[in-house]
Amino acid sequence: MAHFTKATSVKDWFDQRLAIDKVEKVMMSEYWIPKNINFLWAMGMVLVVTFTLLLVSGIFLLMYYQPNVATAFDSVNYTIMREVDFGWLWRHVHGVAASVVFLIIYIHMFTGIYYGSYKKGREMIWISGMLLFVAFSAEAFSGYMLPWGQMSYWAGMVITNLFAGGSLHADGLVEWIRGDYVPAQAFLNRFFMLHVLLIPLAIMGLIGLHFAALRIPHVNNQDGEEIDFDAESKKYLAGDKAGSKVMRFANDFMAKDMMVVGIYLIFFFYLVFFHYDFAMDPVNFDPADGLKTPAHIYPEWYFLWSYEILRPFSTNIGLIAFAFAQVIFVLLPFLDRSPNTTPASRRGLFKIWFWAMLVDMIVLTAMGKLPPEGIFSTIGLVAALTFIGLWIVLPFITKMEKKA
Amino acid sequence: MKQNKEPLILAIVVFFTIVTYYLVEPFAHSQMHKHVESEGFEYKDLPELTKKGDATRGKDLVMGAGGCTGCHAITKAGMPAPMDAVTAAASYGVNPPDLSNAGSVYSAKFLASLIKNPAHALMVEHKFDASKGQMHPMVPFYGAGGDMDQEVADMVAYLESIAPKGEELTPAMAYETACGRCHANHYEKWTQIGTKPTFKKKQDGLAFDTKVLDYQDSLKAYMGKLPPDLSIYIRSRGEHYIKTFVENPQNYLKGTAMPRVGVNAEAADKVIEYLEDSGDTKRHEREAVGMNVMIYIIIFAIFAILWKKQVWRDLH
Ligand code: HEC
Ligand code: HEC
Ligand code: HEM
Repeated sequence: MAHFTKATSVKDWFDQRLAIDKVEKVMMSEYWIPKNINFLWAMGMVLVVTFTLLLVSGIFLLMYYQPNVATAFDSVNYTIMREVDFGWLWRHVHGVAASVVFLIIYIHMFTGIYYGSYKKGREMIWISGMLLFVAFSAEAFSGYMLPWGQMSYWAGMVITNLFAGGSLHADGLVEWIRGDYVPAQAFLNRFFMLHVLLIPLAIMGLIGLHFAALRIPHVNNQDGEEIDFDAESKKYLAGDKAGSKVMRFANDFMAKDMMVVGIYLIFFFYLVFFHYDFAMDPVNFDPADGLKTPAHIYPEWYFLWSYEILRPFSTNIGLIAFAFAQVIFVLLPFLDRSPNTTPASRRGLFKIWFWAMLVDMIVLTAMGKLPPEGIFSTIGLVAALTFIGLWIVLPFITKMEKKA
Repeated sequence: MKQNKEPLILAIVVFFTIVTYYLVEPFAHSQMHKHVESEGFEYKDLPELTKKGDATRGKDLVMGAGGCTGCHAITKAGMPAPMDAVTAAASYGVNPPDLSNAGSVYSAKFLASLIKNPAHALMVEHKFDASKGQMHPMVPFYGAGGDMDQEVADMVAYLESIAPKGEELTPAMAYETACGRCHANHYEKWTQIGTKPTFKKKQDGLAFDTKVLDYQDSLKAYMGKLPPDLSIYIRSRGEHYIKTFVENPQNYLKGTAMPRVGVNAEAADKVIEYLEDSGDTKRHEREAVGMNVMIYIIIFAIFAILWKKQVWRDLH
């Protein structure tokens, strides 16, 4: 057993038992961050804040939400929106945060791609990040079922149908997932459980993994510079704060994180109070009706690009393309064959690849919402093929890249 | 020191965000939904009223030769409904509305056209074609022996004279007169046969519900389907759609059974207000709280920026 002495202060009492000084150093004051990073590196903190908003608003909603096909719709739209004090506020915070969190996730992902932050020791950061993306997608989808509106019902129908696997006709699997032939009470109940318990737990665990994965390789920087963290941090601790290439996470970089969070929250609350419509589809304000198919069924904006990869093809090929799109980003660290951890701007063909991928995904997103007719379905098909093509050429163009 | 790239990066992020937003929201919606401009509830296809009406003569016609009170209540003038709502719906398909507020809810020229030819004014001639013997349940007025246009103008003048003026017409009155016989609104406790009272005895509540169901059966048979409950249509359809739909339902749903209701612009605003009260109840609170939160967050952001500046002074 360790040796304990009479505590000299409350802090000392805890320190002897929990090593809080050490923990504080490891996680905050001696967690070294390069100085040459820009505000895009604050997106992780913005994500933590947004997830906290989701969690807190979700807990409040949970006090009045009723997971029952007969009462779910009115428990949200009447009880929460009209009866409960500030229920509307929690709901709008929750809905807007669920949408904006994906905007930030995409910015965060493309930042990683641009600066090559998935390479050389940072693979686990990337992989845990992609798992978070999958978990958030499942969380958003399950949450979308809960108000039991027209889009909840029909998106639930269409997405669970994908599991039939086209000509595999795995209808048994679809029924197993739904707990019924069609989305009904059993379906709502299990998605409720997933949404408020299992997936949030998984998300919290994955956030822990993501952070742990960051600790050893440290965050990347905007110049692709290899930094000797030991030497630079000694310099800092010796008092040469200005000369050192690194800074403390807290308070140094955290001050900047908070600045970005502050500006982000202005944007966020502007959306919550004055522009929430984009995050709450009007069609979902009609109660679920299994006999009335909506004129247009489309997922929330953040799923549109992968939906559009599914749509222009025949069922089987579409499903294969869709499955490809779902997993391919995870493999990025292995498909990029170049050893260079430098910004895309200095990587020749990869620079073109990066911007082409970004634009292509925006095109896919737009086409995924539009009705698949005429020119839109042609553009959608070309964009889907481009997406696949870009991934196929990636290993080749990165292989050719010269060592920087 | 190297050049600061952050403004450029921010500009790029904002640019792609706005492009994506534009494509999936305004642009996609413009492609998916037909856009109909409002005509300001002018009903240009209907003839103008040419005669100046006289309310006293109008009263005699409405109560007498015009036959209106044979089917409609005018409670304001002491005329009760000839039959209760359920029985009326069993005979006509729908309960003819109380005409007490009609003068301020409906456009005058619409009322005149309606009295002469209901199926035409209501735009339901595809369902009620007199030449095929399909009679609209509201019998047209064929004249009381004098100048028919004058008689119609007199009746309209009478209905206007008894109707509430300006703000006296509440949003609920507008909705109940114009839409209430077909559309329930359970968030406001409105049923097609009136506001559901709170009953002490369970039996009374069940008896009321039974009446509503009986009424809805007749209405369904008459309309081909049960008109939807409009509790939160303000969120599912929005103000613009509802207004232009009410102005002319055929604009959006060709062949629909919903009649052109013929409300005037002011009454349409009242109906919208009622729908906002039921489906977007907390909008005033939202705006007020929103302003306060924005002020608070801006102050927070300013402090965060100052803190960052202070911490980073030693880092350069
Ligand atoms: C035979 C019965 C009958 C008579 C007589 C009758 N109505 Fe009606 N009226 C109805 C019915 C039924 C409706 C509802 C029709 C519907 O909703 O499809 C109606 C609807 C109306 C409406 C509402 C129309 C709208 O736009 O929604 C007005 C206003 C009206 N009547 C006025 C009159 C006036 C004025 C007279 C006398 C000239 C009159 N009615 C005579 C049966 C009658
Ligand atoms: C005589 C009965 C009747 C009256 C009066 C009436 N409606 Fe309707 N309404 C209907 C029917 C029937 C439908 C269903 C139409 C369909 O689906 O074809 C409908 C549908 C609607 C819809 C849904 C349209 C859609 O896109 O699905 C709205 C909104 C609406 N009505 C608003 C109103 C408003 C507002 C009023 C009053 C100003 C009103 N209605 C008066 C019968 C009526
Ligand atoms: C553990 C935290 C969470 C809890 C307890 C929670 C709880 C709830 C509840 C009770 C609802 C139903 C009420 C409503 O529809 O507004 C809901 C809806 C929803 N949630 Fe969550 N949630 C959590 C996290 C998240 C996260 C992380 C996301 C997405 C990234 C998310 C996305 C959604 C969506 C899209 C809806 C539908 C919103 C709407 O239509 O208004 N939730 N959530």
